[in-house]
Amino acid sequence: MNVRFSDRPARVTLASVAVALIALAAAPWWGGRDDLRLLAEIYAYVALASLWNLLAGYAGLVSVGQQAYVGLGAYLLFALTILLGVPPLIAIPLAGVIAALLSLPVAALIFRLRGHYFAIGTWIVAEVFRLLASQVSVLGGGSGTSLPVGIVTSIAGTRQTREFLIYWIALTLMVAILIAIVLLLRSRYGLALRAIRDNELAAQSNGVNVTRVKLIVYVITALGTAMVGALIFLQKLRISPDAAFSVNDWTAFVIFITVIGGIGRVEGPIVGTLVFFLLRQFLADLGTIYLIMLGVVAIVVMLKAPKGLWGLVVEHFGFQLFPLERRVVLTPTVRPRESGDPDKM
Amino acid sequence: MTDWINVIVQGVLVGGLYAMFAAGLSLIFGVMRLVNIAHGDLIVLAAYLALVTTQSLGLDPLSAMLIVVPLMAAIGYALQWFVLNRTLGDDLLPPLLVTFGLSVIIQNTLQELFTADPQKLQAGAIEVASLSVVEGINIGVLPLLQFALAVIVIAALQLVFYRTALGRAFRATADDSAVAQLMGLDNRHVFALAMALSLAVVAIAGVLLAVRANFDPTIGPARLIFGFEAVIIGGLGSLWGTLAGGIMLGVAQAIGAKLDPGWQILAGHLAFLVVLAIRPQGLFSKVQG
Repeated sequence: MNVRFSDRPARVTLASVAVALIALAAAPWWGGRDDLRLLAEIYAYVALASLWNLLAGYAGLVSVGQQAYVGLGAYLLFALTILLGVPPLIAIPLAGVIAALLSLPVAALIFRLRGHYFAIGTWIVAEVFRLLASQVSVLGGGSGTSLPVGIVTSIAGTRQTREFLIYWIALTLMVAILIAIVLLLRSRYGLALRAIRDNELAAQSNGVNVTRVKLIVYVITALGTAMVGALIFLQKLRISPDAAFSVNDWTAFVIFITVIGGIGRVEGPIVGTLVFFLLRQFLADLGTIYLIMLGVVAIVVMLKAPKGLWGLVVEHFGFQLFPLERRVVLTPTVRPRESGDPDKM
Repeated sequence: MTDWINVIVQGVLVGGLYAMFAAGLSLIFGVMRLVNIAHGDLIVLAAYLALVTTQSLGLDPLSAMLIVVPLMAAIGYALQWFVLNRTLGDDLLPPLLVTFGLSVIIQNTLQELFTADPQKLQAGAIEVASLSVVEGINIGVLPLLQFALAVIVIAALQLVFYRTALGRAFRATADDSAVAQLMGLDNRHVFALAMALSLAVVAIAGVLLAVRANFDPTIGPARLIFGFEAVIIGGLGSLWGTLAGGIMLGVAQAIGAKLDPGWQILAGHLAFLVVLAIRPQGLFSKVQG
């Protein structure tokens, strides 16, 4: 008997994912400026939703305050480039690292709140960040500021090269975040996370250091979310506390996307984002009503199909895009020391 | 000096309102371990209901409560019975996400119906009346009335909780809902009553909020946060502690505002974070958080 991750359908789909990625990487040659902009926005939401899914769906840390790190990353980008003259493309990872470091003392405080109260604690942290940001007068205080032209042109000489470059960075960042999440879930921390999700007490009593695992996930999420935030506002070229720390844009949409797509599955946020943007293309004119409808759909999904759209797919077809589920493979002759299988647990 | 005393008095009086935000929140958390993220938006909903009632029926804000309070209680019962009861269980996610969804829905629906323009309830001459306690120290009649109402509401909740059959049902269900059910209590009904009571308190708080200051559809989450901070500062499971928590939050905000208008809300959050860092179980806690 053997326990393996991968199976043939997963390998086949991985191959088609690779083909799709090559097509997306070539988008500057087949798409227009609007297509690139839309795709980059989709990548940002896939990344944000995947990170929130890791936090809430896997580690059970239900945060309604991830806008704290989107805004922090964005403000760090503006501060590093405008005040310290750091090149923008270096400022993005740097913003992520600084945000991750800052997330440690934040975690030390809000990890004292359990479950539901943790959620509101994260919201307060985001509010504190927003209020502090509006006190920073060198970055425009409450009304915000724009990225100076000199910094923008320092990314690349022509506007076209700049847009291509930012597009590729957005794609790379999303892929890197997805790969990091899949690798994390395949590691022993992934097993620990699943154990915690199923039963925290049992996980603890089996030797899982629950707080440590949760802290690792919280810091990784802060790192990724802040980098995505920095990139989003590098594209927008303008920042203000209300936009950077928006609950609707960076948390409500992200949560609805994940819930509709399927929480607790890596594929869920991707499916959810595609549905979200597909609907938005048709319903964008509705404005607020679109947000209300999305909220209603998310509630109905949570009540009627808590595993989301992708959960329904898995239930009906037993199909998965990423080889994450461990499967028991029964073999007639049991060889305990089978060689060269890194996946074996 | 009298300046500062006035500031602190203002803070204390506002604290009564915060304690009322908090009481409804901690009531349902106590009974069914549910944190209602839409709590603040329900407060704002009550404010708008009061606005519609006063404008369409020509009532004064206090009489409007006679309509808004039962209405909100009914909404609470229905909300719990038809939606929230389905989310309760071992899993944290459904109740959090459903109430978060409700928060977004209520906020944006109010925005569609009433626009984002700030509104206010007019209470007439009483709004500007004040008592001079000693030379230089003035207490507004309206804030004082609101504070008194907050104390009455908290005392009443305390009575309901510890002296009535309903309170016994609440406490029994909170301790062990399975055993309570075996004793003949219908959990779904008990939970729905708790939510109805919570939203009745929310209704009173919402009307008072609407009289005290301008409101618009987006201010709900901040009210949820104030209520939550009062609960944590005061300590879980203690109603009088919640009142003390609300007062401390109000005073912290008043002092912050006095130092710099931009620091009002931030000072409240910082007071909360300090309590969380130093004494996470709250100042007057009975139970472990």
